[in-house]
Amino acid sequence: MSTTSMGATAAPAIEIHDLHKSFGTVKALDGLDLTVRPGEVAGFLGPNGAGKSTTIRVLLGLLRSDSGQVRLLGGDPWSDVVALHRRLAYVPGEVSLWPNLTGGEAIDLITRLRGDGRSKAARQRRQELLERFELDPTKKTRTYSKGNRQKVALVAALASDVDLLVLDEPTAGLDPLMEAVFTEYVREARSQGTSVLLSSHILHEVEKVCDTVTIIRNGRSVESGTLDELRHLTRSNVAAVVAGDPSAVGVLPGVHDMVAVPADGGTRVTFDVDNEHVGGVLSALGALGVHSFTAAPPSLEELFLRHYGDELPDAGSALSANGSPAGAVVSGEGSVR
Amino acid sequence: MTAAAEATLAPSVPTAFGSTLTGTWRLVRFMLRRDRVRLTVWVLGVTALYAAQLGEYLVLADSPTALEARAVIMRTPAMISMTGPGYGLDDYTVGAALANELVLWIVLTVATMSILQVVRHTRAEEESGRSELVRAGVVGRHAPSVAALITVLLPNAVIAVLTGAMLVSGGLDATDSFAMTAGIGLASLVFGAAALVACQVTEHARGASGLGLAVLGAAFVLRAVGDIQEEHGGALSWLSPIGWVQQTRAFVDLRWWPLLLCVVAVALLLMLGAFLASRRDFGGGLVATRRGRADANAALDGPFALAWTQQRIGLLWTSLGLGVMWLLTGSVLGVVPDMMETVRDNPIYSTLLGEGDLTKAFVGIVALYAAFGGAGYAIAMSLRVKAEEESGRAEYLLATPVSRVRWLGANLAVAGIGTAVVTMSGVLATWVGAVASGVTDPAFGDFAGLGVVYLPALAVLVGLAAALYAWVPRATPVLWALFAYMFVVGLFAELLGLPDWARGISPFWWVPNTLVADVEAADILGLCAVAVVLLGLAFVGFRRRDVVST
Repeated sequence: MSTTSMGATAAPAIEIHDLHKSFGTVKALDGLDLTVRPGEVAGFLGPNGAGKSTTIRVLLGLLRSDSGQVRLLGGDPWSDVVALHRRLAYVPGEVSLWPNLTGGEAIDLITRLRGDGRSKAARQRRQELLERFELDPTKKTRTYSKGNRQKVALVAALASDVDLLVLDEPTAGLDPLMEAVFTEYVREARSQGTSVLLSSHILHEVEKVCDTVTIIRNGRSVESGTLDELRHLTRSNVAAVVAGDPSAVGVLPGVHDMVAVPADGGTRVTFDVDNEHVGGVLSALGALGVHSFTAAPPSLEELFLRHYGDELPDAGSALSANGSPAGAVVSGEGSVR
Repeated sequence: MTAAAEATLAPSVPTAFGSTLTGTWRLVRFMLRRDRVRLTVWVLGVTALYAAQLGEYLVLADSPTALEARAVIMRTPAMISMTGPGYGLDDYTVGAALANELVLWIVLTVATMSILQVVRHTRAEEESGRSELVRAGVVGRHAPSVAALITVLLPNAVIAVLTGAMLVSGGLDATDSFAMTAGIGLASLVFGAAALVACQVTEHARGASGLGLAVLGAAFVLRAVGDIQEEHGGALSWLSPIGWVQQTRAFVDLRWWPLLLCVVAVALLLMLGAFLASRRDFGGGLVATRRGRADANAALDGPFALAWTQQRIGLLWTSLGLGVMWLLTGSVLGVVPDMMETVRDNPIYSTLLGEGDLTKAFVGIVALYAAFGGAGYAIAMSLRVKAEEESGRAEYLLATPVSRVRWLGANLAVAGIGTAVVTMSGVLATWVGAVASGVTDPAFGDFAGLGVVYLPALAVLVGLAAALYAWVPRATPVLWALFAYMFVVGLFAELLGLPDWARGISPFWWVPNTLVADVEAADILGLCAVAVVLLGLAFVGFRRRDVVST
């Protein structure tokens, strides 16, 4: 699929070093680093307002960086716009379409601008995508819901043969079934050697498809590596009701912050456990007689609180400003057309 | 199944009609609170419009000959179509002139307000999903509709009282004055009720507004045709709510009963609306929206084609609407010399027309107005790029292999072409009207030349809009201030005694009336140069700055 990129550019698909960008007095990006190697699916993780969309807009040549190095597919995203954009497809976080066009017309327009979409194979691909995403192309875009507008952008992006997919929170409006379809297509893209930058504020979404993850916060990268390297981040929250005395579980390796309170028929325990120690904890719990059991991945906000809360004294307030639904409105990402 | 069993199985539905109106007053208060600024502006605007018109008519009171001459013109089909059935023309008084000439235009204004207001509070709310919240509360099915109509009734009533009082203070008969303004308010309400029915029919607010305005347009045409067919109105006039108001013969031989037709019409339309509303789902319409194309037309492959598909509907309606107006204006050209003679004493007109051939001077002013139409279009359409950027659509498009220069250039080119079309079609529609009424001088070429010389000045406006958008997007409203200023310079510069440098700020000041003056090549070339420089600045600026979506 992307033979040109494999041969011509051994350079990273995206390489950002020490990127700064301010809007007036607001520092949106403050020394951000990000690398996506060719053929890699890279997760770009951060709470709302952390600077994900700003970074992507710099990559697309829409915003001019204040300082730092940015390379995109071996070129300069500000000056080589047209040549670079031929080789990438973009799905905006908040898709806004031309109200008097139908979804099908919008898809054709975007793919044709990228220089394809007219061949027979392309028409077939488009039809397949429309069916898989269950999108009706004959409706005017102003009647579409957020999810359907997102599907239009996804179909338009996946219909093209490109070297890089830039996806800004592409599943925010999709239901779980459609999310599964999306995941499938991202895997297909990877198998064909396409590089993918996938931004998200949900950790487990990134875990499903990404080879590497970069986590940013307040415009700065705080963690970066393969999923295995970041395994220490993926603790689970466990809640269970057990018959026996759970105090032995609390001292097992990998168990954190256990709280036990009496509950009907036993004791309710809640704790966090590092994923590599789940096995031992499960057998210990099993011996106590389990009445109920739930385990959930931590939210990104919890993760930030746990890992970076100590580094930054104002972490609590910064998180409530960035991570809460209110933060989404402040950053403008919650706006509807 | 027996009747008794049916009764027990049927879901219990409140049978009293009153329960469908629960919560109406609370909604009225809420709507008034939301629209307190909007409605105030409407009321004050309409009242100011009345005041300005009234002032002009009161001047006429002092010159019976002017009124007499005016009455002569009012008998021509073109003027009948733009005024009324012509009661009292034999002894034309200020009051009769007001009732004959002004009622139509005031009804058009306030009825438009009513239609937009009703749609805004019913279908638009439903479409946005907001009224789902409201309807889930203790609110009857018809409450939002009735509340919307009440919030339309209030400003119309206020306008009727204020303007009625104004007419009385101008020395006109009190009963006739209030009959006229109350009639206007009632007609406005009829169109509000018609909009309520339109809201049940279509699924989208835009469609409902369009349907309501189409009803208004039909009412305009019906009474125009009816009034031309027969003196004092024919059968068709009586099908139009505008006709009903005019048939009260205010200030001539007042009769109230035609206003009853308005009341009956409102009642019938409300019943029809309630009937239709009970038969449709929330959010749905009686007429489903049409499906569109699944694939794009082969020509839709670039920013120019996209800008064209976005702007063509606006261009069509602007050209058509203004075209009809200029056509009618052109058709009165034959009587212009007589008409103008009568207003020579008026200082506003005398400075505007100057000495010499009145028809040519008048045509020059028509061309200036047509160019103002083009100027408004140029500003509005050039600034479409701003909305494209703010909505995020520009961002999405610029993420494809489309350079910024190409995107901005395509949008400005379409806006510029549209501006030329609006201006030239306006000027040429005047020519068509003139020819139709038997005027052959000025000829086609004269009209065309008159329009063409405005194009460089219009290009300056497009360039200025683009440059402001590229460098200081927040400052683009300045363009509308310039537009208003150009209007003042164009029509009142002489009267106000503005110095030359102040007049020169308006691009139109450099454009001559080619029927009476020579074209200064330096002026036209200067305008072209300014346009080119501004456009160049725009492209340089837009390539440098951030593209921001909100």
